[in-house]
Amino acid sequence: MPVWIKTTHFDPFESIQQYQTEIENEKEGRYGATAIFIGTMRDFNEDHRVSSMTLEHYPGMTETALETICNEAKQKWPVLDVLVVHRVGAIKPNDSIVLVAVWSAHRAAAYDANRYVMEALKSRAPFWKKETTPNGNKWVSKNT
Amino acid sequence: MTITVKFFARLREELNIDETSIDAQAGLTALHVWQKTTGQTSLPPQTLIAVNQEYANEGVTLNDNDEVAFFPPVTGG
Repeated sequence: MPVWIKTTHFDPFESIQQYQTEIENEKEGRYGATAIFIGTMRDFNEDHRVSSMTLEHYPGMTETALETICNEAKQKWPVLDVLVVHRVGAIKPNDSIVLVAVWSAHRAAAYDANRYVMEALKSRAPFWKKETTPNGNKWVSKNT
Repeated sequence: MTITVKFFARLREELNIDETSIDAQAGLTALHVWQKTTGQTSLPPQTLIAVNQEYANEGVTLNDNDEVAFFPPVTGG
């Protein structure tokens, strides 16, 4: 259940393909469901425009927190594998921010575990967004 | 004992401290570390604390070589 922190642009579809190729030998024939969530940067937030953003994180704790969350999901649902990719650094609208992919035998576990990982990441993984807006730079104060 | 202290995001900018270390006596809590490093008596509302990269509360007692971090609510994803 890898966690990849990316400091430059990543293509979430390539990440899925790359990782699925890696696990196919070991898990071939076992997964019937893959649930995928991709978070992409918007050019607006609440009532203002956002032209770019910087994502800060806590190296070390980020990876540990995400691995803990993935393990929790594996304990709650019959999940075969989870891949989490998260971007840090300077990003622009349309850039991918986060990918969560969950492989399972059946769709219910894949959907539920994917949502669990994503919601837990939003509330516990130590990332912070700072937006560039027409009125200057602004730390995002809460997750929506 | 020595404690490493880190600040992130808005707190790092407001305090103008990225990382520092302090020499301290046994029995020190995370709140004591906040007071010693910032000069402020209490933590700003909603401030989160991690000790050795796991979430902790302000009353947790620290050990030699612990790493304590203070940061605002997380906003990733």
